Amino acid sequence: MTIAPERPALRPPAGQAPAPGPERRRATGTLRASDVYAVLGAAAAALALTWLLFARLLPFSGAVGFVLVAYALFLGLYALLVSFDEDGPAVRDRIAGVVVRTLGLVLLAVLVFVVAFTLWEGREALVHLNFFTEDMSLAGPLEPLDVGGILHAVVGTLEQVGIALALTVPAGIVCAVFLTEVPGPFARLVRTVVEAMTALPSIVAGLFVYATVILSLGMERSGLAASLALSVMMLPIIIRAADVVIRLVPGTLREASYAMGSSRWRTVWHVVLPTARSGLTTAVILGTARGVGETSPVLLTAGFTAELNALPTSGAQVSLPLATFELVKSPEPNMIARGFGTAAVLMLLVLLLFVLARIVGGRGPGQLTKRQERRRSAPVPPRSTP
Amino acid sequence: MTTETTEFLAPPPDTPRRLHADPGLPDRVFRTVARTGGGLVLAVMLLVGGFLLHRAWQALDRAGPSFLTTESWEPDAGRFGIAAVLLGTVLIALVAITVAVPLATGAALYISEYAPPRLRRTLISTVDLMAAVPSVVYGLWGVFWLEESILPIARWIATYLGWIPFLRVDGADPDDPLAPPTVYTSSTFVAGLVVAMMVAPIICSIMREVFSQAPAGEREGAHALGATRWGMIRSVVLPFGKGGMIGGTMLGLGRALGETIAVYMVISQVFTLQWHVLQTGTSSVSSLIALRYGEATPFGMSALMAAGFALFVMTLIVNFAASSIVARSRSGAASDA
Repeated sequence: MTIAPERPALRPPAGQAPAPGPERRRATGTLRASDVYAVLGAAAAALALTWLLFARLLPFSGAVGFVLVAYALFLGLYALLVSFDEDGPAVRDRIAGVVVRTLGLVLLAVLVFVVAFTLWEGREALVHLNFFTEDMSLAGPLEPLDVGGILHAVVGTLEQVGIALALTVPAGIVCAVFLTEVPGPFARLVRTVVEAMTALPSIVAGLFVYATVILSLGMERSGLAASLALSVMMLPIIIRAADVVIRLVPGTLREASYAMGSSRWRTVWHVVLPTARSGLTTAVILGTARGVGETSPVLLTAGFTAELNALPTSGAQVSLPLATFELVKSPEPNMIARGFGTAAVLMLLVLLLFVLARIVGGRGPGQLTKRQERRRSAPVPPRSTP
Repeated sequence: MTTETTEFLAPPPDTPRRLHADPGLPDRVFRTVARTGGGLVLAVMLLVGGFLLHRAWQALDRAGPSFLTTESWEPDAGRFGIAAVLLGTVLIALVAITVAVPLATGAALYISEYAPPRLRRTLISTVDLMAAVPSVVYGLWGVFWLEESILPIARWIATYLGWIPFLRVDGADPDDPLAPPTVYTSSTFVAGLVVAMMVAPIICSIMREVFSQAPAGEREGAHALGATRWGMIRSVVLPFGKGGMIGGTMLGLGRALGETIAVYMVISQVFTLQWHVLQTGTSSVSSLIALRYGEATPFGMSALMAAGFALFVMTLIVNFAASSIVARSRSGAASDA
């Protein structure tokens, strides 16, 4: 995250007390030794008791039951230990703390595991350089991993998402500007319809393009059809995110611009859009991340091929998620390894987009990047336009 | 005469003046362009919805009300309906929400209230990133890892809780340790768990956003009155975030209803009413479309459109309910969920 350097003008002069900042939460809660002992003691007692139950007393067995019983016993014993020194509300507080921490850690652990599992299973395919430079036209199901790759899917994804972005970004941003800057009953109608369309399931978007473009207009299944399907899906997402960002632009900035006598489009062009730029970029990048990973619209509209097809307008063209989906259908371990490798590449692409969005969008509206600050402090060049 | 005088003397009633400011040519062009852009987007969106309804009408007209009650899907033989697929879709989404909401609530509370401040940013980024992971990745995990690993748990639930009607598994013999586990695979339960992992980060990220907006003054007030941390959460954070929690849950439900690929990879499609969530075989609207679009005749296509339209209407209702709940809640004023 970029931290904008403090501007000298904002620093209080020496000798004066600094102005009170915005209200900030104080860190509460302290850890005492007896708390730690209670947790450790309850854990040890629960493990021992569960072992006793499972191995000696009751006819229980199985790892699942062991974990569940041990956890329940741990909660009970911990409550007992805490209740020796504390009153009721404090005991409830400790138990709630344990439960919340467990739920949080379980969710985070499972999510990290999902990603790590894919990367780990894909490692065999990813170490071969040909995986990134060849297509699958020469690689049969039984070929070893040093033949064939997913170049065709990478090219397909880049082209399809590129076309979809070329269609949706201008339309989306113009529409978002319309929603906020030209308000009225018509804008409200458009906003409602756009909000409704964010609920469109992606497979239905694919089905729509399949029925219109491919069945009715007679176009063959191609990358272009796939990018149309992706556009139908991404357009409402981008409009909604961009609308939220543009509404965050402070009204005072707009009013200042009007007070200086500038017209509406000049205000939009020189005040609103530059202020919202980082947020708009984030909106577009996050929409792209959704589009890159969508399988179902592409499944219906792009067809499937094992060959490199750089021409989006004719012939089947495969993308990364679709290639993953088709590869893991095979029973051959090598094809499954390739499928996991493809999924890993796809995930790295999403990660890249996400990091990009964080770097660009980490600032609020109006905060400047280092480059913008430098440009602002430089002498203003004479403008040719009045 | 008198009337004339009073008419002359009475000032005309006050009416607001109409201000006519000529916006100038560039501004008029800007407005036209913006309005055209908005209109274009509106036209595209209405075209999608209208076309779906138009194509679906043919099938809906033929099937009539039996479209909602028929289980099988044989459009060319005239017997088709969404009873089975709709039930499967709803059950998968319900299993997903039942699992995802407690996990997401716990994780959101942990991140906003319990996690050490230094760790918080990392955790927030992790959850947000997980919300962007493609569904095919979750599908891979479900097929190649979860399906085998969940078998003991499914068997355990079916054995000890099988007396609850919807948890029963026909054909399973809990007393026979060598019984084939295939009755538990590809079930609604497994598909629901995969979808739960997919929607949990989305729900968690909305809830965390709402929890973190709970006013610091009220938090400190609760602490000052002697509340413990959990007491403060129960009396300040949860009531403040209630609207966001419900809204986030419903948004997750909307995603779970429309999910295609992860479900399609896990389940094996059957066209009967399958109430037993642990039993193998289930169905969903979106995987029906993915399964049958290729060999569909023009009428079959129309029937698929009708199924897709029904799904769209369902997610639409859920989403609108979610956004109205969020907008009316106290915490919804500043949240964009």
